[in-house]
Amino acid sequence: MLAFALGVVLLRNPVSCAMSLVMSFVALAAVFITLDAYFIAVVQVLVYAGAVMVLFLFIIMLLDLREEKRRRVRLSAWVGGGLVVGGFLAALIQVISALPALKVTKPLVSHPLANDVAQVGFALFRNFNLPFQIIGVLLLVSTVGVVLLSKKELK
Amino acid sequence: MPTLAHYLIVSGILFSIGLGGVLLRRNILIIFMGLELMLNAANLSLVAFSRFNLLADGMPNYNAQVLVFFIITVAAAEVAVGLAIIVALFRAKQTTHVEDLNTLKF
Amino acid sequence: MSTQTAPWIILFTPLVSAVLILLLGKFSKTLSASLALLAAITGCVLSWWLFNQPIEGKMLSINWLTLGPELNLTIGVTLDHLSKVMLLVVTSISVLVFTYSLGYMRDEEGYSRFFAGLSLFLFSMLGIVLADNFVMMFIFWELVGVSSYILIGHYYSKDSAADAGKQAFIVNRIGDFGFMLGILLLWFGTGTVIFSQLIESIPGLSTAPIYLTVACVLVFMGTIGKSAQMPLHVWLPNSMEGPTPVSSLLHAATMVAAGVYMLARIFPILEVVPAAREIIAWIGGITCFAAALMATQQSDIKRILAYSTISQLGYMVLGIGVAPTSDVAMFHLFTHACFKCLLFLAAGSVMIAMHHEVDMWHMGGLRKKTPVTMFCFFAGMLALAGCPYTSGFFSKDLIIEWAVVKIPFLGWLVAAAAGLTAFYIFREFFVIFFGKARSEHAEHAKEQPFSMLLPMLVLSVLAIVAGFPFIQDHLFKLARPEHELVPHLLHPLLYAMFFGGAGVATVLYLKAQKDPISIPLFANRLYIDNVYFWFVKNIQGGGATFLSWADRWVVDLLIVQIPSKLTWACGFALRFLQLGNIQAYAFFFGAGVVGILYILISK
Repeated sequence: MLAFALGVVLLRNPVSCAMSLVMSFVALAAVFITLDAYFIAVVQVLVYAGAVMVLFLFIIMLLDLREEKRRRVRLSAWVGGGLVVGGFLAALIQVISALPALKVTKPLVSHPLANDVAQVGFALFRNFNLPFQIIGVLLLVSTVGVVLLSKKELK
Repeated sequence: MPTLAHYLIVSGILFSIGLGGVLLRRNILIIFMGLELMLNAANLSLVAFSRFNLLADGMPNYNAQVLVFFIITVAAAEVAVGLAIIVALFRAKQTTHVEDLNTLKF
Repeated sequence: MSTQTAPWIILFTPLVSAVLILLLGKFSKTLSASLALLAAITGCVLSWWLFNQPIEGKMLSINWLTLGPELNLTIGVTLDHLSKVMLLVVTSISVLVFTYSLGYMRDEEGYSRFFAGLSLFLFSMLGIVLADNFVMMFIFWELVGVSSYILIGHYYSKDSAADAGKQAFIVNRIGDFGFMLGILLLWFGTGTVIFSQLIESIPGLSTAPIYLTVACVLVFMGTIGKSAQMPLHVWLPNSMEGPTPVSSLLHAATMVAAGVYMLARIFPILEVVPAAREIIAWIGGITCFAAALMATQQSDIKRILAYSTISQLGYMVLGIGVAPTSDVAMFHLFTHACFKCLLFLAAGSVMIAMHHEVDMWHMGGLRKKTPVTMFCFFAGMLALAGCPYTSGFFSKDLIIEWAVVKIPFLGWLVAAAAGLTAFYIFREFFVIFFGKARSEHAEHAKEQPFSMLLPMLVLSVLAIVAGFPFIQDHLFKLARPEHELVPHLLHPLLYAMFFGGAGVATVLYLKAQKDPISIPLFANRLYIDNVYFWFVKNIQGGGATFLSWADRWVVDLLIVQIPSKLTWACGFALRFLQLGNIQAYAFFFGAGVVGILYILISK
């Protein structure tokens, strides 16, 4: 998965980047399955790999992007970016290695009714019903927004 | 056996790859894909925590998975709107190169 | 009606009338006039009643303000012999002048405003008379100044009137500055401002005579301002811009006398500081003589009387300085109120007959046209000049006697001034009423209505008889100097002054068409006005210019320019963060997040 992620960032051709991204999403779904999060894994493949990436590819096709031409690289940009990324990683590793509580292995789930789809459903519709409805409104709003933004100017 | 620390480090590396993409690539669509990578990294860490922190009765804490569900939904909406904006920009400027979008300066 | 409540009624009735006139005056002119007159008559009747009552018990005193443990300000009333006599003077003269104003102001603009101002003035003056402590007196002192400003500037559309009002108030303020310093010194030394307590604690202070002298001289500065002594006399002639009733009431009989009244109030304190009394006497004497000189060359009928007032006030102040009791000066105050008020009212009557002409060289021959006015003027003139057996003779004579005994130079100086007094007032009389008419208006002058003549006639009687011995002893407790100490020359000299002055004036002015003598020094009022003008223009103007420079270059630069330029510079520097490059923004973002992470980790 990490290899595919690197591919996204480093490849030249935008279509190749998009395909790498799809593969990284699928790999991530596999990781979710190892964590016994079946529902999330399926949703990931359906929504992300299925819908979002298709949208990406459509836009790439619409804009008719070519391979990126090599432009003069600016050293300051690379240094800055490298610093930020490096700093973040260093902080992360420092934190994680300092906490022994994180070095536990996956515990056994002992509850007989541990069915994650059902449980997620329960949590979603009982405890988080209001946010669920609001998410629906959000999707509506974004649809309207997209339509508005894509209008051609009427001459 | 992968420990929680392993999952978190993977999530961190994924996040930094996405961050590097945002900072270093010059095509706006690739930047957007980097953004998606970052979101996914967050999802991974959330699911890992959900599985490893068991509630008192032995069940994983599914609230985190609900949050992941919301994140995925919101990311989808955001991609839609963001791509619409990019299309509009492309129509105005005929370029996807990020350094050409620099008129909002002093 | 008891002696406890009567003074408060006297005090507050004019205030109530002033407020009512302000509120209701625009509906009816007669209403305003009647309210004012009613207030004055109430005060007069109650004053006469109070005069004959014995005062028992302590007077009511209201606690007004307590500033810390050291100062307790009260509003209280004091009714001793001095204030009772002064009440009589103030209220009676007010009644007469208010009556006169009915006729005088009949055709003038601002009728109701005038009577409201007069009522306010009466309230303030009564406050000074009845005050039982210095602070209350100072408050009413300032109120009197305000009323004077309002009334002098009654014809506010005339520049000269507005300027005169301003000058009166400002010059008074200079005196009041010293007055306040004196009050503060006295309070600091004794811990109280109430007159009776101050007087009681004086023996304790006589171990520090210089302190007490300085305090008394500073308090006297208030009198210099209010009673128009040299060098703060310049406002009084200009205050003649106000209507004549104002000139007669305020600037002849009552307000200017307030300075003398105040000195009489603190007379027991002055008795222990002979140095201060000498200063007071000298200033009074010099004022008297110099003002008499200036009066001999003026040609405005009211201004001659104004300088005469300054001169007579000099006599009163001199009286405070040399006589052993304050009643000597108060006696002259009383007689002066009568005859000077009369002279002003007569001058006002002449002015109305001449359609507001004030230059006496445009008048003449009025004795056939306005005989009653002439008779009244004649009576007042005799009293002023010191004609034997008129009221002015008795009071002035007494002061000159004491002056000659105590400070001979001053005594002879003011005796000479008495001769000058006779001279200038006869000069005025002859030029106005005798000779041939010198202008159109003089041809057609006629007598004034009865409401104006009646007060003048009453005052004429008073001017003649008010000095007679039986009245003297009823009202005042006078003391005469030892018979041997008074030079024998004095009394014949005073007679000679009167007749001599009158005679010279007769010879020169009986048939004169224009002034035969011309002395520019006196006509230009000893050039004192020019000195003031130069001072204000150059010294004060210079100070103002310096301050404006300092404001522009020091204050403005440091406090205004520097922060503004600094802010602009900061803004300019921060502009360069707006790069327009998205990735630059993202970089700043990420860097910030990483920074925060590190801060959190290191905790």
